[in-house]
Amino acid sequence: MDWGGFQSMAARYSIFSLIRNALAYHEDWPAAWRSPEPKPAYDVVIVGGGGHGLATAYYLAKELGVRNVAVIERGWLGGGNTGRNTTIVRSNYLWDESAALYEHSMKLWEGLSQDLNYNVMFSQRGVLSLAHNQHDLRAQSRQSNANRLGGIDSELLTPAQIKAFVPIMDLRAGGRYPVLGGALQRRGGTARHDAVAWGYARAADALGVDIIQECPVTGFRIDNGRVQGVETAKGFIQAGKVGIVVAGHSGVMADLAGFRLPIISKPLQALVSEPVKPVLDTVIMSGAVHAYISQSDKGELVIGAGTDRYVGYGQRGSLPVSEDTIGAICELFPSFRRLRMMRLWGGIVDICPDASPIIGKTPVEGMYFNCGWGTGGFKSTPGSGWVFAQTIAHDRPHDLNAPFSLDRFRTGYLIDEHGAAGVAH
Amino acid sequence: MLLIPCPYCGERAESEFSYGGEAHIARPADPEKASDADWADYLYLRTNTKGVYFERWLHAHGCRRWFNIARHTVSYEVLAVYEMGAPPPKLDTKREV
Repeated sequence: MDWGGFQSMAARYSIFSLIRNALAYHEDWPAAWRSPEPKPAYDVVIVGGGGHGLATAYYLAKELGVRNVAVIERGWLGGGNTGRNTTIVRSNYLWDESAALYEHSMKLWEGLSQDLNYNVMFSQRGVLSLAHNQHDLRAQSRQSNANRLGGIDSELLTPAQIKAFVPIMDLRAGGRYPVLGGALQRRGGTARHDAVAWGYARAADALGVDIIQECPVTGFRIDNGRVQGVETAKGFIQAGKVGIVVAGHSGVMADLAGFRLPIISKPLQALVSEPVKPVLDTVIMSGAVHAYISQSDKGELVIGAGTDRYVGYGQRGSLPVSEDTIGAICELFPSFRRLRMMRLWGGIVDICPDASPIIGKTPVEGMYFNCGWGTGGFKSTPGSGWVFAQTIAHDRPHDLNAPFSLDRFRTGYLIDEHGAAGVAH
Repeated sequence: MLLIPCPYCGERAESEFSYGGEAHIARPADPEKASDADWADYLYLRTNTKGVYFERWLHAHGCRRWFNIARHTVSYEVLAVYEMGAPPPKLDTKREV
């Protein structure tokens, strides 16, 4: 790939650099990215150093030649929802608009490790969604057929096929959650979430993007309806354009910019077990019981639960929500009952009324929002960054994200993905 | 688990309640004259405050009555409880926790 002369071959990761550094006791690895002080002005400032923000900066620099870019982050890279999700990637959404967007992302995932020269551990182990009743079966076959018509792989499995695919699962599920069928996207899977943030950060930095951490945004300078720059803890930073990708805090940023969004923020929970030997080589999700589970490369079972019902910015979830999920997991996987859980946490997700994101222009000229990914942002990290970079560079949405405008709440052109989004991400 | 002070039944566990979202959103007074933007504002736009938030709750598995509370959305502390139709209490809404 074109590293634009910023990164020497010595800094490139390869089997040779691994051997060379192993012989040096791994004490000489170069820093993966710089930590510069902010310059007084940039062509584009991206607010939010999660996966989506870093991906946006990377594609701006790589594909659109916009290299005078800063990413400013309140905390540390990937410390928000990028490091808190359950790492699931899939593209089997119902509507054409969503399927095109998520499938674009899937195609980028498939080449991402090579593109970034960073192993994001993308593993296409399959994502199996369960049906527990007749309605689930019908909804699933509708969605699966829509996916196949749109060129996205999807297979409907019978209980016998599911048993062969996931022998450890009890299809009777204690009688509470009987498994009557399932939809499998074999190209779906998982990726290492931290590596996605770090890989994009390193690749963007190599192209000249300044990544500025521990720099909260305190306000925006707006003159005559046009954004002039960003007030931060490290002073004012002038910006030609400002892209805001802050997930749960989108409402807070919109408030600073003087408008409101159709979004509410809630904690979404996940938890991991102690590490065990390999027992589950795919991703199982069930929208009906708000549970999803996979096994990490370290052997931990990674379990996702639902969102709290009420607005909240505390990065912790309500216990009844995770109890419900664990109850369902224990019925589906009786052998997991004796596992101890090691960690339980929450991330603040930004939920739109139609469970689809908002990517585009705002009432403030030169200011762009990418938000509302809700419970499903991780899978779309590459595609989201890609379309957002296009939107910012050209000051108009790309065809892929044009339907996901803020204006759809006025026109009524909603993209209702509650069925496909569920909580299962 | 939140303990929510129902004004009619006292403090009860969160799981007894349903959430009604942001309080004090007025339906357009003259629906015939409301524009698409007015309807979008009424139906979808929310303040989504990080801080003191005024919201509606229903004691669904109790007295089945609606009421409002003021709650801090970071600490989750309940700062005031008041009946439907009453104006929001005057609180220091910029208070940090």
